[in-house]
Amino acid sequence: MTFLHHTIRSFFLIEFVKAMWLTLKYFFRPKATINYPYEKGPLSPRFRGEHALRRYPNGEERCIACKLCEAICPALAITIEAEPRDDGSRRTTRYDIDMTKCIYCGYCQEACPVDAIVEGPNFEFATENREELIYNKDKLLANGERWEREIAANIAADAPYR
Amino acid sequence: MVDLFTGLVVALSTWLFGVEPSAWLAHLIGIIVAILVVTLPLLIAVAMSVYADRKIWAAMQMRRGPNVVGPFGLLQSFADGLKLFLKETIVPAGANKGIFLLAPMITFTLALIGWAVIPWDENMAIANINVGVLYLFAISSLGVYGIIMSGWASNSRYAFLGALRSSAQMVSYEVSIGFIIVTVLLCVGSLNLTDIVNKQKELLELGVPFGFVFTPLFPMFVVFFISALAETNRPPFDLPEAEAELVAGYQVEYSSMAFALFFLGEYANILLMCAMTSLLFFGGWLPPIDWAPLYWIPGPLWLILKICFFFFVFAWVKAAVPRYRYDQLMRLGWKVFLPLSLAWVFLTAGTLVLFDWLPA
Repeated sequence: MTFLHHTIRSFFLIEFVKAMWLTLKYFFRPKATINYPYEKGPLSPRFRGEHALRRYPNGEERCIACKLCEAICPALAITIEAEPRDDGSRRTTRYDIDMTKCIYCGYCQEACPVDAIVEGPNFEFATENREELIYNKDKLLANGERWEREIAANIAADAPYR
Repeated sequence: MVDLFTGLVVALSTWLFGVEPSAWLAHLIGIIVAILVVTLPLLIAVAMSVYADRKIWAAMQMRRGPNVVGPFGLLQSFADGLKLFLKETIVPAGANKGIFLLAPMITFTLALIGWAVIPWDENMAIANINVGVLYLFAISSLGVYGIIMSGWASNSRYAFLGALRSSAQMVSYEVSIGFIIVTVLLCVGSLNLTDIVNKQKELLELGVPFGFVFTPLFPMFVVFFISALAETNRPPFDLPEAEAELVAGYQVEYSSMAFALFFLGEYANILLMCAMTSLLFFGGWLPPIDWAPLYWIPGPLWLILKICFFFFVFAWVKAAVPRYRYDQLMRLGWKVFLPLSLAWVFLTAGTLVLFDWLPA
């Protein structure tokens, strides 16, 4: 009886007709994917994207060259050199991040006592060659200026949970 | 169709230059024009069908598919074609160079010359020959050569295994396709494709919609369609390509235009199979039912609509079913389709003889 049942089922292509009907229903469903370069998905305030060095509202750079980020970086992607500035405050003369080494763990942001190095919401920083991915201080500060509004909003949104 | 264009050439030449061209020259130009009139739209249709295939497949997986190049991504295939055209053709060091480069050309050419006998309307085929079906059958069988040559000449194991699978598959399913064609031919009494469609016009006048599908030949239509899937190496019978195991089968060593020719040939073959299904079972250029206003829509348009519908089903099947295992494929071909189609040949022939319905 099972043999007969099975034969009839396969002879009339019942499974195939069912599969075809199911796929036809899906054909008319709304798309699950977003239209990426024109539409973007929501990001968490904790999203860890491209790095940025922030400044205080008065324009002074936040980084005090404590090198905690350099020390904690598990990928050894950060290189810092520091000297006292003319006014006696301690500042970095060199702040490099090798983005090809970075694993985007966010430890640098966690370690930073002054919220200077942060990982912003930008994830579209692909380049055409490797050299462009070795960020120096100027590039990081420029990122900070460019993304300050979003970064500040994200830090504020996450503050109650810290 | 050739006569039509020959007449046009003569009329145009007398009007423009005031000289009537010699008969053979006008005929030659007429033939060339007829070929171009079929082939150029066909090539564009092939490019668009690649796009349609991707789009339909994407929609069934709730994706968007290509939508960036041109409006709705319509120019995607042309962009891909341009990219492939500008790339370098790489010939592997151990390959048999001549055969390696000949194989894609053979596949592509065979996929195009099949269209010579497709009648677009009454008296609208490039070559209205009396063995039209046999010609189509022969051309689609020759398609194996392109594949086995590419597999052999590539000197690569993946390509060779893919080519072996492909040729075994095509040969197996051709047998049942042959018997299915025989059943249709028994009912028509002619191998001429125009006659086959005209016979279905009689059915239409009797009130049977489309043609041979809604007659006792229906199971043969199903078997024919599934065999057509196998014949064109489409899922669920895409074992020769089998991305998961054989990388891309016989195409693995090909790049640039050589690959593009294989790709275009494959899709031209799919469209040819769709056209064959429409002509044999769905009444070709005839409207679906015998109703006067439907005859106002020109015949070629009906045929194109039917081809588009079958192409949609080809893409639909691709989205719905997983790939067959090799032994299952062979079992289906030799142990299910072959006996079934053979039985239907006997049944059809027996019925026709018994009731004396054999066509004159």
